[in-house]
Amino acid sequence: MTKPESEWTWKELPVGNVILEPGNASQYRTGDWKSFKPILNKELCIHCGLCYIFCPDMAYNLDAEGYFISDLYYCKGCGICSKECPTRAITMVVEEE
Amino acid sequence: MAKRVGMEVSIAAAEAVKQANVDVISAYPITPQTHIVEHLSEIVANGEMDAEFFCVESEHSAMSVCIGSEATGARSFTCTSAQGLALMAEMTYIASGLRLPILMIVANRTLSAPLSIWNDHSDAMMIRDCGWVQYFVENGQEVYDHVFISYRLGEDRNVLFPVIINMDGFILSHVIEPIELIEQEKIDQFLPPYQPLHQLHPDKPITMGAFALPAIFAETKKAQEVALLGSMPKILEVWKAFGDMTGRYYQPVETYKAEDAETLLVTMGSIGETASVAIDKMREEGRSVGLVKIRLWRPFPFEALKQATLHAKNLVVIDRALSVGACGPVASEVKAALYGNDQRPSVYNFVAGISGRDVTPFDFIKMVDKAEIEIEEGRKDGYEIYGVRE
Repeated sequence: MTKPESEWTWKELPVGNVILEPGNASQYRTGDWKSFKPILNKELCIHCGLCYIFCPDMAYNLDAEGYFISDLYYCKGCGICSKECPTRAITMVVEEE
Repeated sequence: MAKRVGMEVSIAAAEAVKQANVDVISAYPITPQTHIVEHLSEIVANGEMDAEFFCVESEHSAMSVCIGSEATGARSFTCTSAQGLALMAEMTYIASGLRLPILMIVANRTLSAPLSIWNDHSDAMMIRDCGWVQYFVENGQEVYDHVFISYRLGEDRNVLFPVIINMDGFILSHVIEPIELIEQEKIDQFLPPYQPLHQLHPDKPITMGAFALPAIFAETKKAQEVALLGSMPKILEVWKAFGDMTGRYYQPVETYKAEDAETLLVTMGSIGETASVAIDKMREEGRSVGLVKIRLWRPFPFEALKQATLHAKNLVVIDRALSVGACGPVASEVKAALYGNDQRPSVYNFVAGISGRDVTPFDFIKMVDKAEIEIEEGRKDGYEIYGVRE
């Protein structure tokens, strides 16, 4: 999408509301749905990658130091990573404004 | 010259679908639409038509197949009645939201319960708000003609809407009528191959039927509404072009002896032909009566209806369906159309002919008598189900 949905006027919509630009779902900021966000305690992390595997939104990415970090632009705050983490390295905390 | 032959209206409808070079037919048989599907299945099986015939397991699937095939750019056709249309209802909104110019013939039949196979407009009224172009035809010739008109109209880049031809079940579908068949060359000229604006194709992937958040949904509906209302000039243009080709000119609202009449019957569908007989009889007696027939149901022809009726004193609106708990749906629309005018006729509403009960010319005369007396006595917006035994 060239601009956020809230800025489109009805006259600009393609006929039938088709999406002409493939792959633009990656521009959806699903991260603003969340009320909890995952915080990683790197001292407990064993780099097993279960958070990465279980994340339903593929929000986790491997960083340069070998940690899996949640991209908060996409993370919906479901808490599955925290639940699955075998060392309890991920805690969900209330997201402040 | 065009050939005029005696033919069952359902067969004529199927022949028109063949002549319109439809690519995909997907339908599930249901009375009284059955003969259309049966005949099309024979035509395809005999190799007389280069089309895919999908034998689906339900009407929901029939419409789903049409949505899919139309999305790829294939001219698609389906037809149904009553309970079948009810099962299909979910998908009708999707076809129009995606702006896919599918054609559907609905052989109108009563919705259960009680179970009934006979004709009325309750099925059409159930999906009144589905966003398709919808008209009610009066006879077999109009069914045949509107197959070509509908594809030409729906597929126009300025329209891109699916179209419903409502034809009265049994009263039209199972009756043999003289039908003037149009030569194939003329049809090919009138109806060029479908050139979709957007289509599902691997060379250029697009998404149809995506999700819309509240931030944009109202914009999508405004676009759809403006486009459907805005298709009116194109509807008139296509009817005119068809008239120039065949001599049969159609209008959104048609009148019969209405110009100087004090009381007007307002009808929709095949009942209009019977009503015109009643008008002739009453005119012979010197009564100031006329007839207004609504052909185009969506987009609703507000202006044409006003032009046809505002001069009259009384309107007697006949509905072949009932919005239980309110009144007849056509009467609601007529009243809404006239309300903005300070000088407007009184509207008396009869629900008549539901579930195939015959409405004879005599019945129309009785309805006009009753309405004129009631209005005279001050009951200006009366409503009743006609002919019910007390």
